[in-house]
Amino acid sequence: MDEMHKPSRRAFLRGSAAVAAGTVAGAASAQSADPLITDVQDWASITGAGVDETPYGMPIEYESHVVRRNVEWLTASPISSINFTPIHALEGTITPQGCAFERHHSGAIEMKKDDYRLMINGLVDKPLVFTYADLERFPRENHVYFCECAANTGMEWAGAQLNGVQFTHGMIHNMEYTGVPLRALLNEAGLGAAGDLKDKWVYVEGADASSNGRSIPMEKALDDVLVTFKANGEALRMEHGYPVRLVVPGWEGNMWVKWIRRIEVSDTPTESREETSKYTDVLEDGTARKWTWVMDAKSVITSPSPQMPIEHGKGPLVISGLAWSGHGQITRVDVSKDGGITWETARLGKQGDTKALTRFYHDINWDGAPMLLQARAMDETGYVQPTKEQLRDVRGENSVYHNNCIQTWYVNAEGIAENVEVS
Amino acid sequence: MSKSPNILLPALGVTGIVLGGAYGTMTRGYKADEAEIARAQAQAAQAQLVEQRAMASDLKTQIAMVQDTAKAKIAELEARPAASASLTAPAPEREGAFGLGREALVEELAAWDVDVLPDGRGLPIGTGNALDGEELFADRCAACHGDFAEGVDNWPVLAGGFNTLADEDPVKTVGSYWPHLSTVYDYVYRSMPFGEAGTLSPDETYAIVAYILYSNDLIDDEFELSNKTLGSFEMPNKDGFVIDDRPEAEYAAWSAEPCMSNCKDEVTVTMRSVFLVNTPEDGGSESVINDATPEGLPSFTAAGASFIPEAEAQPKAAEEVAAVAAEEPVNEAAELIAAGDKVFKKCKACHAVGAGAKNKSGPQLNALMGRKMGSIEGFKYSKVFKAAAEEGRTWDATSLSEFLAKPKAYMKGTKMSFSGLKKDSDLEAISAYLASFSE
Repeated sequence: MDEMHKPSRRAFLRGSAAVAAGTVAGAASAQSADPLITDVQDWASITGAGVDETPYGMPIEYESHVVRRNVEWLTASPISSINFTPIHALEGTITPQGCAFERHHSGAIEMKKDDYRLMINGLVDKPLVFTYADLERFPRENHVYFCECAANTGMEWAGAQLNGVQFTHGMIHNMEYTGVPLRALLNEAGLGAAGDLKDKWVYVEGADASSNGRSIPMEKALDDVLVTFKANGEALRMEHGYPVRLVVPGWEGNMWVKWIRRIEVSDTPTESREETSKYTDVLEDGTARKWTWVMDAKSVITSPSPQMPIEHGKGPLVISGLAWSGHGQITRVDVSKDGGITWETARLGKQGDTKALTRFYHDINWDGAPMLLQARAMDETGYVQPTKEQLRDVRGENSVYHNNCIQTWYVNAEGIAENVEVS
Repeated sequence: MSKSPNILLPALGVTGIVLGGAYGTMTRGYKADEAEIARAQAQAAQAQLVEQRAMASDLKTQIAMVQDTAKAKIAELEARPAASASLTAPAPEREGAFGLGREALVEELAAWDVDVLPDGRGLPIGTGNALDGEELFADRCAACHGDFAEGVDNWPVLAGGFNTLADEDPVKTVGSYWPHLSTVYDYVYRSMPFGEAGTLSPDETYAIVAYILYSNDLIDDEFELSNKTLGSFEMPNKDGFVIDDRPEAEYAAWSAEPCMSNCKDEVTVTMRSVFLVNTPEDGGSESVINDATPEGLPSFTAAGASFIPEAEAQPKAAEEVAAVAAEEPVNEAAELIAAGDKVFKKCKACHAVGAGAKNKSGPQLNALMGRKMGSIEGFKYSKVFKAAAEEGRTWDATSLSEFLAKPKAYMKGTKMSFSGLKKDSDLEAISAYLASFSE
């Protein structure tokens, strides 16, 4: 069965080889004895791989399609580009580092821990330099947070564009970070020189050739920002900023500066390239919003979806999806099967952490009729995820960033899903 | 607070022992004569009954004891002040410092603290004008941004786009969009040129920034841009930004209890995905235009879909395709070229090869093997390639592999920003691939 399913997943996402397979998989009674049971299989007879065959384990070859993928024509060069997390094929909430999306402005760099330096300067009592080893001596914390690129779903402003939840919503990952609160480092340098902290900023900057830099208001810097060196229990991956990256919970991914080398306390935002010419949201009248840091509540059904057709036919169907909010916890997700006419409240896998992915499920008995699947998230502030129409009414279609619209999948009677827009 | 676990645990323990005993009796009799089994079972049952009666009486006593203990425990817990139920706590803070790290030295601060603020603070002393900048821009920037800052391929356009911000496709350039000139200096000085960041002097940076302003018709060619004039220079779109107003403009309106039923009368599909996305085995993706239209799709009401469309024509079954592919003879040379095709993905952003290939930000690569280095007419080579051309050096599998392994080491000063191929197998494959385009 696996062999039959595999090519269909990898064929065109709309490919319908799934249909034939579906009827087989759906059958609960067997016509003849299953040779997988009656014949002694190789794996039940000969021995398998020894320990240490893969000192660092990788997913089995049958999962080789579950990888990050880029869309080449979106950017000029893969060195300054983005790829997408295969969220259609993942479950639970934690994103394995090896398939968590990458966004580089000048490529991922290789820096040794020993070569790592972090400078804190500006309006501080004493400018300091920390080594990696120094950072490990500060009291540390563990938190799960989502990191979403501000441009996630950005293509969809102009309508349904790319057929796959990996490509519409895959600029997101969710990891458990280990790190030191930024306030501890600021405290170490002393904020006396900054005076009244109310209108102060910290400017954070990366060590790579792009020296990506962003300004963060002091209030956030002293709240929940972390200087992290581990994710999901192991060292950060090169592509995510090894050895040290900044984590700015609930705020757009561009601020999560990788290879962070400098933190400057300032009396003004720097107005760097990444916070003026990029990561600002053009409205319909040509003016632009700036400092749009928070990622508002959003949700999407990951399965079924274009890359995850229903292959089993009618009957029990698990609708699975993700919800998140930069304002705090997800409190509720509703699911519609008719394009937003009727909504039913989904079941949360477990109460999500604040500013972290929450898994939701809607378990139905599919009658085989076409569906227009949608999910709608609510967060602890009472905010309800908007429709595309609501967003466009306020912002027009040129914002690029911060598209948290309700996504629609049209699922046809064969179980094949497609990215669509509805009235 | 539930009491039951404390009581049930000992009780279940006893029951477990009893049942275990009975099961043991049964299994020992397995395959024995049936009458014997029945007799043995009756005896065992009788013995069990006696045993269980005694135990039941014991249990009652035990339950009473456990209940008493539990009551006492609850009373004790309730009497305690609200003691911490959990030991989790945020990282502790200190009044003073931990004494970690060391003081930054003046020369270290000077090396890293180079960001420039909107009012010009942080600018180094220096000056430059558009005339000087034109030549620098052609040499250092034009490969990606074009001679007139108009942008090559997908690389950013830096000039023009005025009065387009409210259009369907706004052209956001330095001139039309960027609110502060300090940002241009800051970005060019620290982050450009792409692949050679941090190599421009302050004077060169002022000159390049001046040329970008000139390309936008914002200064004349004699205007001296300097640390004295830059901070007060006003950009056309300086007032074009508002601070995030989502809380007022959106949050209040989008926080009402949402509709759950009969929220709309009818829903129709208005647009289908523009691109289907193929996800090949070896990674990446291929976007293919989707011909399907919303016509022929059902509409939806509270009663569900208006009709069930008939199944579309099925594409050739995937396993058949796979079977055909497997029958093709394995050809090592072809495989190597195919592998090279994959490696070439890393080069595609800047180089074209094959029929009709033109120069992009890198030269076209047809008939590369045997070609003199730096010899494509009309392509702006870096100095090191011009020198190689004069020396008459040529490309072959060896020189190409050495170059591609570490471009910046082999051709010091090359404009090519690629960091190099690490695997020998990739180097071999790319050579075979490029050699296959002999014309």
